[in-house]
Amino acid sequence: MDMQRFLSRKIVDMPRSGIREFFDLCAGSKDIISLGVGEPDFVTPWNIREAAIFSLEKGHTTYTSNYGLLSLREAIAAYVASFFGVGYDPTCEILPTVGVSEAIDLALRCLLNPGDEVIYHEPVYVSYAPTVQMADGVAVPVQTGIEDLFALNPDKLEAAITPRTKVLMLNFPTNPTGSIAPLETLNRIAEICVKHDIFVLTDEIYSELRYDGVRHTSIASLPGMKERTLLLHGFSKAFAMTGFRLGYCCGPKELIEMMCKIHSYTMICPTITSQEAGIEALRNGQSAMHEMRDSYHIRRDYIVKRFNDMGMDCHLPGGAFYTFPSIRRFGLSSKEFALRLLKEHKVAAVPGTAFGPCGEGYLRCCYATAFSLLEQACDKMARFCDSLKA
Amino acid sequence: MLRDSLLKLLAADARLSDRQLADRLNVSASDIAAERAALEKEGRIVGYQAIVNDDDDFVSAFIEVRCTPERGGGFNRLASRIARFDEVKSCFLISGNFDLLVMVEAKSLMGVARFVSEKLSTMEGVLSTSTQFRLKTYKNNGLSFEEEDAPERISVAP
Repeated sequence: MDMQRFLSRKIVDMPRSGIREFFDLCAGSKDIISLGVGEPDFVTPWNIREAAIFSLEKGHTTYTSNYGLLSLREAIAAYVASFFGVGYDPTCEILPTVGVSEAIDLALRCLLNPGDEVIYHEPVYVSYAPTVQMADGVAVPVQTGIEDLFALNPDKLEAAITPRTKVLMLNFPTNPTGSIAPLETLNRIAEICVKHDIFVLTDEIYSELRYDGVRHTSIASLPGMKERTLLLHGFSKAFAMTGFRLGYCCGPKELIEMMCKIHSYTMICPTITSQEAGIEALRNGQSAMHEMRDSYHIRRDYIVKRFNDMGMDCHLPGGAFYTFPSIRRFGLSSKEFALRLLKEHKVAAVPGTAFGPCGEGYLRCCYATAFSLLEQACDKMARFCDSLKA
Repeated sequence: MLRDSLLKLLAADARLSDRQLADRLNVSASDIAAERAALEKEGRIVGYQAIVNDDDDFVSAFIEVRCTPERGGGFNRLASRIARFDEVKSCFLISGNFDLLVMVEAKSLMGVARFVSEKLSTMEGVLSTSTQFRLKTYKNNGLSFEEEDAPERISVAP
């Protein structure tokens, strides 16, 4: 039987995730030190795990409302108001989802008609373009570069706008570059969005993980933006809860209602165990989160210094837990560099091209790994760089 | 600032070299050496020890001691007299129903018993003692004594 003819053309033609591709290459190798992960190296703080266990002990094993537990939404509303300075009504403007990924999918499906264009900055997280395509939209990447420290350049954004432009997706701090959008840049982007009547999805998943000492600003908090912005956030990165698969979005109630319609047909609700763990994280997870952030901060400073010492050009990323060093001067493509580093020195880092073509010449290296392993990885990478220079 | 960060790192792992500490805190190794020396001189860093799982090697007891405070010195003189015994591993002044919590370690149960009956309870000022023996250590100095395997992360992830 020819299974191929049963498969959807749209999905078959969609490229595989570059991360996934690289993962398959690593799968066979033993004893590798991985800088290729995209998650914290901490176990979820105990008080949060304990809340999840207690939830199970109490026998909380049911569905919840499609909107999730009201107590979770109230906790989210309080947290978002204090952290981002934007107020949302927990009864109709907040939807807990299975990670930010689900929220992005729901939002795009609710916003796009076929042919509508979605602008986002590149290099960026691997799911944006495919999710736009699955929602029948047209993905319009705007390239960013080291000259803007990988923040979206407002002039380039404006140049990419067409009459079909409907949505702008932002992700600061950015996976994979760790970049931050300076406040003046965000202000200009906001003005452009108001002027051209564009709706914004802002993926704030790394917003607690900033090391530049500047209070994080979401575009949702800028004048005139709350009404045209969906703020997406979750628990995975700041609270080390990737496996709980819990995220949420906050925005105009008309959009939230449509998103909940799809959510009620496809996902129903995030696991109740995760929702109750999430409440504990928001209420009592701050100090553990700050400990983890400070620990990433130390590691960021170390790895960036080592990378520059070994001859890679690496900017100091303001947030997330990624560095994005340039390997241009070694005359290898990102993929060749990453493959040889893996084969010859057993260090895994993701080629920048996994996050868009303008990631060529770069590597994504995650420093959410034990310090002693970072030291070893840096020693190995330094030897590799020396061998390339020779 | 450097001081707080240094103490935090050393409290977690005292074996880190000055070089490693310098890498983590983005300062020079000589800065670390100077700060460490200052901390030692001031008595903020009292010592560097291994955390040993000695449940099978020693008998330990937590002894609640009630005593009479002295005019002028309070509990200090008596507490430091008690603390000087080699058998005493820790000694704290405690609020509540008793005054001093003394942790005593000996090779055998009889060793602890002898220490309590011959040394501790006969000291002038000690009103009463109540001895609790350690049966098993689960966590000490912030370290879990029951080895848990670190969960495995997949090597390349989003």
